[in-house]
Amino acid sequence: MKEKTQVADVDRSRYDFRYAENEGDFLDSGITPDIIFEISEEKNDPDWMREFRLKSLEIYNRTPMVNWGPDTEGLDVDRIVTYIRQKNRMNTDWNDVPEDIKETFEKLGIPQAERESLAGVGAQYDSELVYHNVRKEVAESGVVYTDLESAMHDPKYAGLIKSHFMKLVPPTDHKFAALHGAVWSGGSFVYVPKNVHLDIPLQSYFRLNAKGAGQFEHTLIILEEGSYLHFIEGCSAPKYFEAALHAGCVELYVGKGAKLRYSTIENWSKNMYNLNTKRALVQENGQIEWVSGSFGSHVSYLYPMSILNGRGARAEFTGITFAGEGQNLDTGAKIVHNAPDTSSYMSTKSISKSGGVSTFRSAVVVNENAAGSKSSVNCESLMLDSISRSDTVPVMDIRTEKCDIGHEAKIGRISDETVFYLMSRGLSEEQARAMIVRGFADNVSKELPLEYAVEMNNLIGLEMQGSIG
Amino acid sequence: MSQLLRIENLSAAAEDKELLHGVSLTVPEGETHVVMGHNGAGKSTLGAVIMGSPEYRVTGGSIFFAGEDITSLPADKRARLGLFLSFQSPIEIPGITVSEFLRNALEQITGKRMKLWDFKKKLAAAMELLDMDKSYAERDLNVGFSGGEKKKAEILQLLILRPRLAILDETDSGLDVDAVKTVSKGIAEYLKNGGSLLIITHNTRLLESIKVDRTHIISDGRIAAEGDASLIDEVIENGFEKYTDRE
Repeated sequence: MKEKTQVADVDRSRYDFRYAENEGDFLDSGITPDIIFEISEEKNDPDWMREFRLKSLEIYNRTPMVNWGPDTEGLDVDRIVTYIRQKNRMNTDWNDVPEDIKETFEKLGIPQAERESLAGVGAQYDSELVYHNVRKEVAESGVVYTDLESAMHDPKYAGLIKSHFMKLVPPTDHKFAALHGAVWSGGSFVYVPKNVHLDIPLQSYFRLNAKGAGQFEHTLIILEEGSYLHFIEGCSAPKYFEAALHAGCVELYVGKGAKLRYSTIENWSKNMYNLNTKRALVQENGQIEWVSGSFGSHVSYLYPMSILNGRGARAEFTGITFAGEGQNLDTGAKIVHNAPDTSSYMSTKSISKSGGVSTFRSAVVVNENAAGSKSSVNCESLMLDSISRSDTVPVMDIRTEKCDIGHEAKIGRISDETVFYLMSRGLSEEQARAMIVRGFADNVSKELPLEYAVEMNNLIGLEMQGSIG
Repeated sequence: MSQLLRIENLSAAAEDKELLHGVSLTVPEGETHVVMGHNGAGKSTLGAVIMGSPEYRVTGGSIFFAGEDITSLPADKRARLGLFLSFQSPIEIPGITVSEFLRNALEQITGKRMKLWDFKKKLAAAMELLDMDKSYAERDLNVGFSGGEKKKAEILQLLILRPRLAILDETDSGLDVDAVKTVSKGIAEYLKNGGSLLIITHNTRLLESIKVDRTHIISDGRIAAEGDASLIDEVIENGFEKYTDRE
């Protein structure tokens, strides 16, 4: 019998470095009204926000833990440090960012990406944004890209924040939404005025460096009528043994005829509980396009939701999830058709190896008022060995007969014959498997900006060797 | 002439069933040999075992290629030594284009990086020879190809990878007359550059335009008869029955 090699594990060396934290900067772990007051004080919250936090805490305390999906027993929220004070204020000049933090992001290629292909960049380190910058011509077009805290204190946007913040994802949504409402910190606020098209993307990068901590950034994006934006978020963290928690929240408001593309490459370390909530509200003829790559974390619950609220609104979701050893990644997407002639298209791939568990949940709701709507769901799973698991859980709730709904699911393994075919052309077994997996992921990498597609290929260990050694 | 492929007393099994019982066969460099036999006689098994298919287990004997004992080498090492198998049913690889795949394979086999431009030129020339539309280069490998297109794509790989010995497993089956002509043209081009062939077939359409040096008749996993090209005509006239009865 020939020895079997496998697709290589993700090379994490690029992400696994870390820097010492000053313990004095940590607030106490756990979640109490005192902690909330302290965070609120630290941020100089307006009154409504402080009250919002306290109310969210109440909701958090009375909401039971999720009891479906992957096990979260290893997560003791009372031991998570929810807030880490930043030594420095946020900067708009890269040179002013503290040395260790700068080095972190430089290793991750952030400033480089900005120079090359981005309209604006935000970088969050633990609880606070450390860097935010937008190109001059972008700012001149009226586009706002800043951290939520600054926007909250700017009289021009304070009203917008108050009327949109956690209105799509209310704290009552689930326990971690409530937690987010209580302790949120950092994140981005983006506002794109009517008919403004941003041809190059904005990017936020989230890095959780501290041990046993949580990251609770809030992303709020408002696209006015007829505008266009591509927003990219990247996430990573070094590996510690203590559990870490990411309970971010993304709220996207897509106006009439506007189009938003929201791309995520998530590569949290494997001690992370990624309990993230993302939601988009799309008005008449608006479009939301999600591109989502989930590679990291120990446990993930992630189901971006699109509410199609105006006639002709459209949602597309393209996703890939790669679950390796010790990972239980529960991902999917939800679409609510809440207006006539709306359409949705979901296409996902999931890969599991070395005992990893990958579950894909799709939910499509077509309300009575959504006659003439169309939805198509397609999910494919690939298991790379016999100890890994892949499940698909499709849910459909269709309340009108006047709609067109399709669903397709495929689960497969790599056959020995396929590997042999490629090997007979000179590829090693490992290269052959990597090529098959890369081909499987191709429809997702095609949707990503080039440097992220390359990043993704690196992430799944699929970068083909140029030549033999 | 040097013995490019030498098989000595080779036995092989799939799971617990032995399918080849002591096959010996030699192909000198530059020659074209034909393996004929009934369906199920063990022809395709022989080709797959020479290439190193994990489906079969060698239970006895040895395979030497280019002077090296390759009996227990994995398929990729055999390919890098210059061995090639054209599959009877080529596999579909979604998400990987013909061009991307072949460039990768070529780099693995030659151990050299080739400039994209040079590679594209080489690929385009080979595709033209095989009457393949240029668009096939950017299509996913074998995905949605008809039976004939898949066989042409195998010959395209043969022309790009230029192995020292190619085993063609039923390359002519399922092809219409024109496709057989095109494939023959590809094979002729390969031979012109000094290639050697082991053609596995149960009919003779492909052989009409190729000069055969030696013929091996296989029956029940054994070599039942050997001879020169005239043996092919004899088989056409009398069928394989004569050989199946022999033990």
